[in-house]
Amino acid sequence: MPPLTGPKSGDALFGSVERVNAELFTLTYGAIVRQLLTDLEEVEEVNKQLDQMGYNIGTRLVDEFLAKSNVSRCVDFKETADVIAKLGFKMFLGVTATVTNWDAEGTSCSFVLEDNPLVDFVELPDTCQGLQYCNVLSGVIRGALEMVSMKTEVTWVRDMLRGDDAYEMRVKLTKQVPEEYPYKDDD
Amino acid sequence: MFSFGGGSSLTSVVPDATPAPAAPPGTGTGANAQVLYVFNRGGVCLLYREWHRPLRTLDPTQDQKLMFGLLFSLRSFTAKIDPTTAEKGNLGVPLLPGQGCSFYSFKTNTYKLNFLESPSGIKLILITHPRTGDQRDTLKHIYNLYVEYVVKNPLYAPGTPIKLYRS
Repeated sequence: MPPLTGPKSGDALFGSVERVNAELFTLTYGAIVRQLLTDLEEVEEVNKQLDQMGYNIGTRLVDEFLAKSNVSRCVDFKETADVIAKLGFKMFLGVTATVTNWDAEGTSCSFVLEDNPLVDFVELPDTCQGLQYCNVLSGVIRGALEMVSMKTEVTWVRDMLRGDDAYEMRVKLTKQVPEEYPYKDDD
Repeated sequence: MFSFGGGSSLTSVVPDATPAPAAPPGTGTGANAQVLYVFNRGGVCLLYREWHRPLRTLDPTQDQKLMFGLLFSLRSFTAKIDPTTAEKGNLGVPLLPGQGCSFYSFKTNTYKLNFLESPSGIKLILITHPRTGDQRDTLKHIYNLYVEYVVKNPLYAPGTPIKLYRS
């Protein structure tokens, strides 16, 4: 029986998916955020909405990632974080992230993005200083990890739009949910 | 169009195409997709298709529940008897997704059950003629089709049965 192939490399993955023009992508995202600001008025509400949108994207996107990357298991949080940084970000955004700042228990870590295609051409006006412009990304990670039974909390630590030197999001694993038998005994 | 192995029957799994009826078992061509199930983690049968199933003794809901229950227990059993790892909880203790080893098929004298589970909890079950070879690539292909045509369909609400529309 031939062994099935292991996970693909980030570059191979990136080459195998359909792509759109990066500027179109950036500008479309900008237009969405702009529209949300107009519609919702409150910056806090926009952050929430972006996170929710990301979550919804993440719950679907995880299947595409798993199907195309040949990743067949994600039990270990450390391994999973590595896979997200090296393969996930590469496949969907064309960049790779670095995983650093592990805490002692191995349940929280930081993804650091040097390069973020979402924020080209973006400047935060004074009225929007509280805006987490890239909140959609943290939502995606939260949603995708939830689908592989890892409940997480994702927060932004550093943001270049606010003058930091990189993008850093903190991912904290709160719970790994074991599979449960979904039916009741009596039906 | 996609064919299950070689042989005489071509069975389409593209949602909007009409499937060709499979050749009856025992012809020995080794290309008979007979029944296909798709489950999600919650035990919802997202898709059920049959091409060749002469005998139905249960109503569909019960049949699907039994199938899901079988796989659920079998997976925890296979992980339990795995001789290569020492670390395995008690039998019946829920596993984390992807924990322990997994099985990909079993065979009886009348059929073969091929199984693929993704870490996101999607379970694909394909029942074929017992003489069919390794179907893991086929199941992967079906998983890819599921991604392309179901997950990426904005009108599809996750966790609901997949509806088929023919044009």
